[in-house]
Amino acid sequence: MLPLSSQPLIHARRLTKRFGSFTAVDGIDFDVAPGEAFGFLGPNGAGKTSTMRMIGCVSPPTGGTLRVLGMDPVADGPRIRARLGVVPQQDTLDEELTVEENLVIYARYFDIPYREGRRRAAELLDFVQLAERAKSEVEPLSGGMKRRLTIARGLINEPNLLLLDEPTTGLDPQARHLLWDRLYRLKQRGVTLVLTTHYMDEAEQLCDRLVVMDKAKIVAEGSPRQLIERYSTREVLELRFAPGAQESLDGQLDGKLDGIAERIEPLPDRLLLYTSDGDAAIDAVHARGVEPESVLVRRSTLEDVFLRLTGRTLVD
Amino acid sequence: MTLVTRIAPALPLRGRRAVRLIERNSLVYRRTWIVILSGFFEPLFYLLGIGFGLGSLIGGVTGPDGREISYGVFVAPALLATSAMNGAIYETTFNVFFKLKYQKTYDVMLNTPLGVGDVALGEVVWALIRGLLYSLGFLVVMLLLGLALSPLVLLAPLASLLMGFAFSAVGMSVTTYLRKWTDFDLVFVVTMPLFLFSATFFPLSAYPESLQLIVQLTPLYHGVNLLRGLTTGVVGVAQVVDVVYLAVMALLGLIVVNRRLNKLLIK
Ligand SMILES: Nc1ncnc2c1ncn2[C@@H]1O[C@H](COP(=O)(O)OP(=O)(O)OP(=O)(O)O)[C@@H](O)[C@H]1O
Ligand SMILES: [Mg+2]
Repeated sequence: MLPLSSQPLIHARRLTKRFGSFTAVDGIDFDVAPGEAFGFLGPNGAGKTSTMRMIGCVSPPTGGTLRVLGMDPVADGPRIRARLGVVPQQDTLDEELTVEENLVIYARYFDIPYREGRRRAAELLDFVQLAERAKSEVEPLSGGMKRRLTIARGLINEPNLLLLDEPTTGLDPQARHLLWDRLYRLKQRGVTLVLTTHYMDEAEQLCDRLVVMDKAKIVAEGSPRQLIERYSTREVLELRFAPGAQESLDGQLDGKLDGIAERIEPLPDRLLLYTSDGDAAIDAVHARGVEPESVLVRRSTLEDVFLRLTGRTLVD
Repeated sequence: MTLVTRIAPALPLRGRRAVRLIERNSLVYRRTWIVILSGFFEPLFYLLGIGFGLGSLIGGVTGPDGREISYGVFVAPALLATSAMNGAIYETTFNVFFKLKYQKTYDVMLNTPLGVGDVALGEVVWALIRGLLYSLGFLVVMLLLGLALSPLVLLAPLASLLMGFAFSAVGMSVTTYLRKWTDFDLVFVVTMPLFLFSATFFPLSAYPESLQLIVQLTPLYHGVNLLRGLTTGVVGVAQVVDVVYLAVMALLGLIVVNRRLNKLLIK
């Protein structure tokens, strides 16, 4: 047997979830190691939430193997959940209770005594910067505040493993950065994070390792850097044309831009040229008499990885 | 509560942590206790308005054992039964629906060690407690007004408890099938006639014979009959039937609730 610390916290093989005849998760394999920040990156309907719910022991798998904290989610649900923190995709705060009561009663669900619950609530409200709202109703809180409260709630039982389903969807940039900062601190404290997202920047910021999910399947796995290296080039040259101009170009593009980039990806509003040297590519484009309205050289991101793997953009 | 602990293990239902729901609900009601209070006054107003108002016109009615009793004595246990029913129904319809469909309170609970059995049992017991509180308040009024004729009235809280259990379990089962708020009109289409036709305001003998049979099949009738037996001191086989009827109703309700919540929450 492996020493406890190197045993995966989550172990999934051929994990499958079907709703009737529809397959939401189609035989996926993954392991999450202790202390890791692990991500599921994928577009709407990829099966991220379905996977998270199976890990969270509130949705029995239809097939395959799943072990969470070394236990079977179907047989040991309550014991596993006692050690999980869950931040669902939708904030499901108790609007009939105050901010603080939301945490204290949630602590009770884990058999934590009231005194200790109140102590942890105060500490966590500090951590998510909501201390001054402790006695407030939940309803008037902003989206970002509700999200932070939901995260604080998920931490009340001092979980070994925190599951976050789209932690920052719908938040403004400032609120997102605050949340990322808090999650980063948790990671440094040794909490294992499993999160889903359809933001590549979020995945790049937070995840040590991630899987790209599309249409119920895992299509790639690795660290953000590995994925970019494996599936994209160092730089990307984006060419934008005047409205209508790109269509008329489309037919002759192959010929005209041949050989300038390792790969050319036409999007409805722009062309992406994958190359190791963006500036050289600009010169080459001009030399061939192609005059885009604007050009932009940038580094490759996970968005490019996703495009390469699925032929589609992540956020549409 | 002993009833609950005795019945629970016989069900395919684990509810060790059901008490957490009761804690959560009491926390909510700490601030809205006035709502609870209103449910106590409703039957009281009926008692004062109908019991005494109508009673002064009618004089006496024939009691369960054929003796003449005052109308107040006759109608009070029926209103007691109604208050137990209402407490249970209010709680398991509107409140449960809000938590189940809108606030997703139970989905949240299932992310913790709580399970579906805890949710089912917890809500049913909470509703039964609310019904019991109404009944106790009403019972005190009855005693003060001298409307209880027998020391058997001391068993009335137990009977209310059983009624509360039966009505909250069935009320909650029904709620799991409702889709939108307007569906609740259906609930009142059922509870209103129950309230009017369960030998509440008239003895069963006052109904046409065919209707008598139907009345005897309905649940509130059995609650009324049981409580009237206890407060007037006339108990017999009929009351045993009442108890069995209500106990079976409670058990079936709880089984259905458990099954439905499993279907709705564990997907
Ligand atoms: N309870 C259910 N019954 C039937 N189909 C479901 C159910 N839950 C999810 N699905 C379907 O399974 C697919 C995957 O859903 P899932 O919620 O896992 O996707 P997701 O990756 O989380 O998407 P999003 O980014 O929109 O949250 C979707 O097509 C969805 O409609
Ligand atoms: Mg989702």
